[in-house]
Amino acid sequence: MSVVVRTVSRVVAPVALAFGAYVIMHGHLTPGGGFQGGAVVASVVALLVVAFGAERWRKWTHALLPLEDVGAMAFVILAFLGLGATFFRNVLAGSGGLFGAPVPRLGPNPGALNTAGTLPLMNWAVGLKVIAGLGAVVILLSLFGREDG
Amino acid sequence: MTALHVLTLTLVVVGAALAAWFRDLLASVIALAGASLLLSLEFYLLQAPDVAIAEAGIGAALTAAIYILAIRKTRPKEEE
Repeated sequence: MSVVVRTVSRVVAPVALAFGAYVIMHGHLTPGGGFQGGAVVASVVALLVVAFGAERWRKWTHALLPLEDVGAMAFVILAFLGLGATFFRNVLAGSGGLFGAPVPRLGPNPGALNTAGTLPLMNWAVGLKVIAGLGAVVILLSLFGREDG
Repeated sequence: MTALHVLTLTLVVVGAALAAWFRDLLASVIALAGASLLLSLEFYLLQAPDVAIAEAGIGAALTAAIYILAIRKTRPKEEE
């Protein structure tokens, strides 16, 4: 694409990546979550593919496809962690560790970030899977048929 | 507030009708993306920001990108 499109993409892409990461990492407290933030990051991938051409992102698909499996496996393993009580039992909540801080008396709010137990970890797993899956879809779809015209 | 709802939903219907009416598929996809963006605004007005983010990301950005990539590989005009 033209110099204007490439320059604007260079400016917009880091901001949109930061917003996607924010939506994923605060998914348990604010609107959004793994799927929404992953879709935002995947739209950044689409922007980069349109601006810089699909060829230079071809090698990324080899990294993205295993990452999608890692995200899915991490989600299922986190769900199985609670199998002592029930499937999806939140074993980390209230346990006092990094993600298990006690919930303040006023209730969960953006100031008390680490109170949700396994929910942020599950959001990260879903976000990883959505980023890898949709990013690989966009890159591969823009590569297919290039040779056939 | 009601007038804003009526305006937004009317524009969503207009965008969807334009997407079905255009013969140029690229213009049709852009009309669909505009309708999607307005639908996301309507979700926000109805106090569902979670759905609004998903609709803006998937409906307006990714679906349009995938449709345009598909159009680039095929014919840009609909056949009679």
